[in-house]
Amino acid sequence: MNYTFHWYPAFKLLPKMLIGSITTIEVAFLSILFGIIIAAILAIAKNSKNKIFSSFASTWIEISRNTPALYQIYMAYFGLGTFGIYVGSFGALLIGITFNNAGYLAEIFRGGLRAIPSTQMKTARSLGMNFIQSFIYIIFPQLFRIVFHSIANQTVWAILMTSLGVIVGMNSDLMGVTNELNSLSFRTFEYFLLAAILYYLITKLFLGSAFLINLKLFRY
Amino acid sequence: MNFMSEFSLNDFLYMTKGLGVSITLTLWAVFFGTLMGIIFGFVRSVVGFFLNFIIGSILDIFRSVPLLIQLILANALSAILKFGYSPFQISCIVLAVYTSSYVSETVRSGLLSVPIPFRRSSRSLGLTYFQTLKEIIFPLALRVSFPSWVGITLGVFKDTSLVLWIGIIELLKSSQIIITRTQEPLLILSIAGILYFTVSFCFTRVTGMIEKKWEKYEL
Amino acid sequence: MINIIDVYKSFGKLQILKGINMEVKKNKVHSILGASGSGKSTLLQCINGLEKIQKGRILVDGIEVGDKKTNLNFLRTKIGIVFQQFNVFPHLTTLENVTLALKVVLKKRNKDAKEIALQQLEKIGLSDKINTYPSKLSGGQQQRLAIARALAMSPSYMLFDEITSALDPMLVGEVLDALRYLKNDGMTMMIITHEIRFAKEVSDKISFLHEGVVIESGAPKDIIDNPKETETIKFLERSLK
Repeated sequence: MNYTFHWYPAFKLLPKMLIGSITTIEVAFLSILFGIIIAAILAIAKNSKNKIFSSFASTWIEISRNTPALYQIYMAYFGLGTFGIYVGSFGALLIGITFNNAGYLAEIFRGGLRAIPSTQMKTARSLGMNFIQSFIYIIFPQLFRIVFHSIANQTVWAILMTSLGVIVGMNSDLMGVTNELNSLSFRTFEYFLLAAILYYLITKLFLGSAFLINLKLFRY
Repeated sequence: MNFMSEFSLNDFLYMTKGLGVSITLTLWAVFFGTLMGIIFGFVRSVVGFFLNFIIGSILDIFRSVPLLIQLILANALSAILKFGYSPFQISCIVLAVYTSSYVSETVRSGLLSVPIPFRRSSRSLGLTYFQTLKEIIFPLALRVSFPSWVGITLGVFKDTSLVLWIGIIELLKSSQIIITRTQEPLLILSIAGILYFTVSFCFTRVTGMIEKKWEKYEL
Repeated sequence: MINIIDVYKSFGKLQILKGINMEVKKNKVHSILGASGSGKSTLLQCINGLEKIQKGRILVDGIEVGDKKTNLNFLRTKIGIVFQQFNVFPHLTTLENVTLALKVVLKKRNKDAKEIALQQLEKIGLSDKINTYPSKLSGGQQQRLAIARALAMSPSYMLFDEITSALDPMLVGEVLDALRYLKNDGMTMMIITHEIRFAKEVSDKISFLHEGVVIESGAPKDIIDNPKETETIKFLERSLK
């Protein structure tokens, strides 16, 4: 083997990678936040009796779950241009992952709603609460507990998916930064191994925090 | 907007070739990945806590690092160690290991989900440990794990899109190549989407029928 | 007074209520007996508007339940209902279960809501459990919590939908005691129950429902001891075995 591993240059670039990690976490969290909001709407739409709403929601959910995430990012990057909407790599990555998250989370929400007995809603309404009050005080807290674990998993997925941004030109997230540095010196293995370790740590840190939050919030 | 498309039948065939590559990769990865996953899953379900934790943690690494990086690292490592594997072979190996990580989880929980009373009554009837495994536990565990396995397989099929980064022309890359020429991203991507969807849909249908057949033996 | 006039209710093609007529006078206890599927629960849920009727009218203190102009949320504060199971809100403590609607619907201040809640919980015998989560309460305690929660709203009417059917036999007694207590307080109640002896003891009137129609109705002694209709006789025979 004629290759010598040069680890020191890799470590020198750690600061840049860490800054890139911040962008990675940013994109992931934004995509989950928007994803949750859209997913809630999709879940309600799919369950509604209105055929237009339910078909729209079904279509979104099916497309997001049956096509690759990279495909969805491509659609945002290349496809939106046809409508005159030019989003950069950041935008395409965010839109693509959000679209994907929304579909998966919608199904998670629907499953969670099914797990809550219908008497909960009935009882809340019987006490005089309107639909919104019933949802905020009774349904949502219970739903949140049921889907918490799944949302945490989806967030991990989103964090890892941000790495796809580099394929459409992202250079500000962890993957993009690593890729750029790589093209300057071709220490591919060392650099990407370091990036891999960073992704691993980010993922584990996140899951650890989620676990602690879970303990704190759901004591009943 | 010009309605005359430059997209020709040749282009479509080119895309289906790419789809063929994606499917082939998926088949190899799922085959070996499932095999390995079953072994890992079984081992994990029978060994003690410590060993289970170690094996589990190692497999977990493959689920906690982006697949793209795994492909890049494997590719780089292969070049460094002068293994001389083609990108296709590397992709198969990486995807197989990736798959095995998920399958081992599914298999392990499937095996553990078989209620202890079943094992007990089986042994009480005189079946040996291995007979119990073969006739009782595995079939039941299979029923439980099957839906997850379907999900994993579909996931791998979609993840094959990533191998374009190490130079393989699968469906998405072939689409991109055509887009560069004809500048009709929406049309071509829509066709690619339909292709992905169709394969996914057919697979779900077929496995759904298998599940339905099993439902007839439901308790 | 609750007036149920010629009420018809169906779920899709399935006709559940086929012309119900009933009157529940103030301070009286009206029990409803019948086999499963006879429409009892549906009837109760039509009274507070949870289910919509297709034909007929339901009037509560003169207010028509089915009228579009009726403020259902307000009407529901006047009607308390307790269901068979999974009533209580699992993510709230006993106290919070009771104070929630007081604060959110009746817009009571924190202090006032807490006072009212503590009062009701004491009456029902749950003072020592106010900060406990329902998962730690027995079935009987949960049902009593549900009753206290409904009572805290100061309703004019209380509806009970088989509230002891899902309970361990040991726990039924404490819940029935609560109902006896309510009756003595003068609460107007409609009770769906399978506890025939209890119904005979507390009711001023009993109606027997069979396949969506009131077959027989009258004083407890008449219905229970001298049933006239075959279906009533069959039902009572089975239930009192």
